[in-house]
Amino acid sequence: MVFEKIREIIAEQTGKDEEEITLDTNVKDDLDADSLDLFQIINDIEDEFDISVEDPEAIVTVKDIVDFVESHKN
Amino acid sequence: MTTRIIATGAYAPGQVITNDDMAKVVDTSDEWITQRTGIKERHISSGENTSVLAVNTARQLLCKAGKKAEDIDLIIIASVTADYGTPSLGCMVQKEIGASNAVAFDITAACSGFMFALSIADKYIKTGIYNNAIVIGAETLSKIVDWSDRSTCVLFGDGAGGAYVEKSQTDGIIEEEIGSKGELYDILTEGHTECKNVFNDKKEEPDPLWYVNMNGREVFKFATKSVVKSVERVLKNAGVTADEIKFVVPHQANTRIVDVISNKLGIPHEKFYMNIDRYGNTSSASIPIALNELNEKGLIERGDKVILTGFGGGMTWGTMLVSW
Repeated sequence: MVFEKIREIIAEQTGKDEEEITLDTNVKDDLDADSLDLFQIINDIEDEFDISVEDPEAIVTVKDIVDFVESHKN
Repeated sequence: MTTRIIATGAYAPGQVITNDDMAKVVDTSDEWITQRTGIKERHISSGENTSVLAVNTARQLLCKAGKKAEDIDLIIIASVTADYGTPSLGCMVQKEIGASNAVAFDITAACSGFMFALSIADKYIKTGIYNNAIVIGAETLSKIVDWSDRSTCVLFGDGAGGAYVEKSQTDGIIEEEIGSKGELYDILTEGHTECKNVFNDKKEEPDPLWYVNMNGREVFKFATKSVVKSVERVLKNAGVTADEIKFVVPHQANTRIVDVISNKLGIPHEKFYMNIDRYGNTSSASIPIALNELNEKGLIERGDKVILTGFGGGMTWGTMLVSW
């Protein structure tokens, strides 16, 4: 459920198909996302799950986001 | 009774620096800057200080409004790059244009500065203390950016813009809000001066906080959220729908930030007037420079509903809905 929602957010921001996005996807390299795309993805994820991401630099793959959300959401 | 913008003006230094010119100074490229910011070129001072830009704007305002300098009641300048600690830019403009009957002062609210200055002028006019005002945002950011930091120096430009406003019984400012969130003050700073004197032992080293410093991610987050909420509140309080808005003149910080704001508000991109490609981010000058261009192109007519909205260091924000 967390992964599906994150995939939807990333797909919307990067304009990619959801099928292209897996847990192993590297957000910057595989999806041509620059730092501002990543900022917006993190903003949307923070709003969606009511969490705060302190260190966006630590996020490389989709799995990093899923793990972070699952360990921080209530 | 309200306050109405009667005339607009703007002035920028003649020297234009393109992204290719920037690539000769720092490791960057036209493609990198354009994709992430929307900026293609900016005006950079060849030595004109902020007061020169403000004075030229003030002269234009008098000319376009058909007013004599002696008739001006109030001069408010917003800037984070004034020539001096004192005198204010306002007093320098007062002298140069000969506005001998005005009271003049400066305010600081960074990129929201023009909105704050206009809000103050509006209160003096609505309370009946003054009948008119010259309100200007003026900056030479080139003197406070670190020209060896490629992540910030490509973003900014120099310029000034302003408005002559006066008391109106009909159209003018309909609704406004200004706001600040001081708890975030350290995510965007410039111009820090250490307390050095002969009775302490501070080392004589350059202060890196003199230059523009920003946490890009936090500024992006603040900008996209604060502006959206602010515009929504102003529209709601005024009972005006987004469809009724002819143009939004946003602070020209970054095209990508404005794109997010446009998407979240559901106001089409075409309604956001942008000229960041030719000016970069000119802080407090950006909204009046863009507004002046919109006005000079004849794209707005008297009675059109226009939103001016800015955000910046402090952190601060300000939004106004005007009936042009």
